[in-house]
Amino acid sequence: MEIILAFVIGGLFAAGIYMLLRRSLVKLLIGLALLSHAANLLIFTAAKLTRGSPPVIDMDETVLTAPFADPLPQALILTAIVIGFGVIAFALALAYRVYRSVGTDDLDQMQSTDTQS
Amino acid sequence: MNPLLILPILIPMLTAILAVLFRDSRGVQRAISSLGAWALFVASAVLVNDVWRNGIQAAQMGNWPAPYGITLVADLFSAVMVLLAGIIAAAVAMYSLFSIDGKREEFGYHPLFHFLLVGICGAFLTGDLFNLYVWFEVMLMASFVLLALGGERGQMEGAIKYVTINLISSAMFLSALGILYAMAGTLNMADLAYKFSTISALQPQGIVTALAILFMVAFGIKAAVFPLFFWLPASYHTPPVAVSALFAGLLTKVGVYALIRVFTLIFVNDVGYTHTLILILAALTMVSGVLGAVAQNEFRRVLSFLLISHIGYIIMGLGLFTPFALAGSVFYITHHIIVKTNLFLISGVVERLGGTPSLKKLGGLYKTQPGLALFFLIAAMSLAGMPPLSGFFAKLSLLRAGLDVGQYVIVAVALAAGILTLFSMLKIWAEAFWKSPPGPQPVNANAGMPHLDLRNWLFPVAFLAAITVLIGLGAGPAFNFALQAGEQLMDPSAYIQAVMGGAR
Repeated sequence: MEIILAFVIGGLFAAGIYMLLRRSLVKLLIGLALLSHAANLLIFTAAKLTRGSPPVIDMDETVLTAPFADPLPQALILTAIVIGFGVIAFALALAYRVYRSVGTDDLDQMQSTDTQS
Repeated sequence: MNPLLILPILIPMLTAILAVLFRDSRGVQRAISSLGAWALFVASAVLVNDVWRNGIQAAQMGNWPAPYGITLVADLFSAVMVLLAGIIAAAVAMYSLFSIDGKREEFGYHPLFHFLLVGICGAFLTGDLFNLYVWFEVMLMASFVLLALGGERGQMEGAIKYVTINLISSAMFLSALGILYAMAGTLNMADLAYKFSTISALQPQGIVTALAILFMVAFGIKAAVFPLFFWLPASYHTPPVAVSALFAGLLTKVGVYALIRVFTLIFVNDVGYTHTLILILAALTMVSGVLGAVAQNEFRRVLSFLLISHIGYIIMGLGLFTPFALAGSVFYITHHIIVKTNLFLISGVVERLGGTPSLKKLGGLYKTQPGLALFFLIAAMSLAGMPPLSGFFAKLSLLRAGLDVGQYVIVAVALAAGILTLFSMLKIWAEAFWKSPPGPQPVNANAGMPHLDLRNWLFPVAFLAAITVLIGLGAGPAFNFALQAGEQLMDPSAYIQAVMGGAR
């Protein structure tokens, strides 16, 4: 299962970076979203996948018995997803304003702030 | 638990919330914002005093013991960074009162300003790497909106680049965190430092180094280190001057702080590779930044490139990796934040007076504004490293640290970049202040604006210039302080002890 997820994560990173390199503003945003998903999945996979053993202490025990799934990475991912959601929502609104004020979604034409040589 | 550690996060947060609640009344909002900034300044000064007297302070949030809960830690380096954030907050809040237009205030300039400070102070104080990521995001979110607020075309283009590059950096940081957690099973910095110093023999060194480089790239983007700095000159000159002064003073320094923290506390097993790489990057950053500055002809663009160049000086101390060199870094970052913010504030006054940012069209300000010219000269000469101002001692300590360990190449590069810094500061001096105004007076762009009372604008500038002079005159005690901070950074055992308590 880890192997499959490793390929999925690699594919997401590759697709994300490919999208970032396109000229369209919307594709740039899709690329950013893919990158953040890839990072989340990476945390999930790197913390080892444990199947069917939630981190719940049994009624007659006082400590967890191994093997159990580590709950911390999932808490981290949850935080990262919420932050990523907020940031992407802001980026979408920003992209719309950029389109309105620049009049194009072609990133190659947004050069008015570049440093002239 | 020490409440002083939470105050620098709580004060701006409360200020921001209150400012949102009073968003209908511009006057109340402005009063709250100023009060909050000065309160942060006072609280951070008290924190520095406490850490200086009583050693490294740590507080466990929610009373969860160290490696499990979130820890706030203040060693001397963190504390002094928080103090600098307080000083810059106070100066820029004062400056904003006169320079930010009503439209931006209406759309929440003051709350955003303080939310930005929440993120910055949180990043300086946290002792947990994932928490650092969260503070980064708080800070970035506020900075995104501050950068885009106003919606001018240049701002929009600058903002989309800034947002993209920062989100890429965040994704990298997050991936690095995932791999680090898989490797060490903890994200508490003190715990990580302890684990990496004891069990790192079990890990293949290659993976640790690769991870270190991943962190270096993620923080390097935020700190604008060569070759990852291209976003900075493309965005920092677009927002209002108060915003770019705040960004120039504090935002990149959060990246530098994270670099120094991670590469003194955690990734110290392969110094020969990682820190040599940092040293090479420092040299390239200095050179490319200053060459960019020489080629520019706009006030704020020159300053943006010089900012990059001086990031190189700061991480040079990290690359040399001796207590004396790190002390040099701490001293340099202190001097640099104050001087750089001041120069940006002055650029705002100049642009307002001359009606244009272009150096070619400015001129004659020495004759009309001798006070402003004096403050510019203090800040500029300090940045270039002229004695007896703070920049001289900052450069001197770094150069001596370089000579001590025999890294002559970096010393030569630093000296050459220093001369070019002096050249570009003198270019601004000659063009904007000294030469007579070119041709007939241009049509005054501020014709419709109310007459500006320069004394208001100059007060924050004078405040920061006074601090620069004070650091220069009191260089002995100030460097002694920095040396203590450098020694704390080089020997993490006290840091680990303060966080983990009796657990180790």
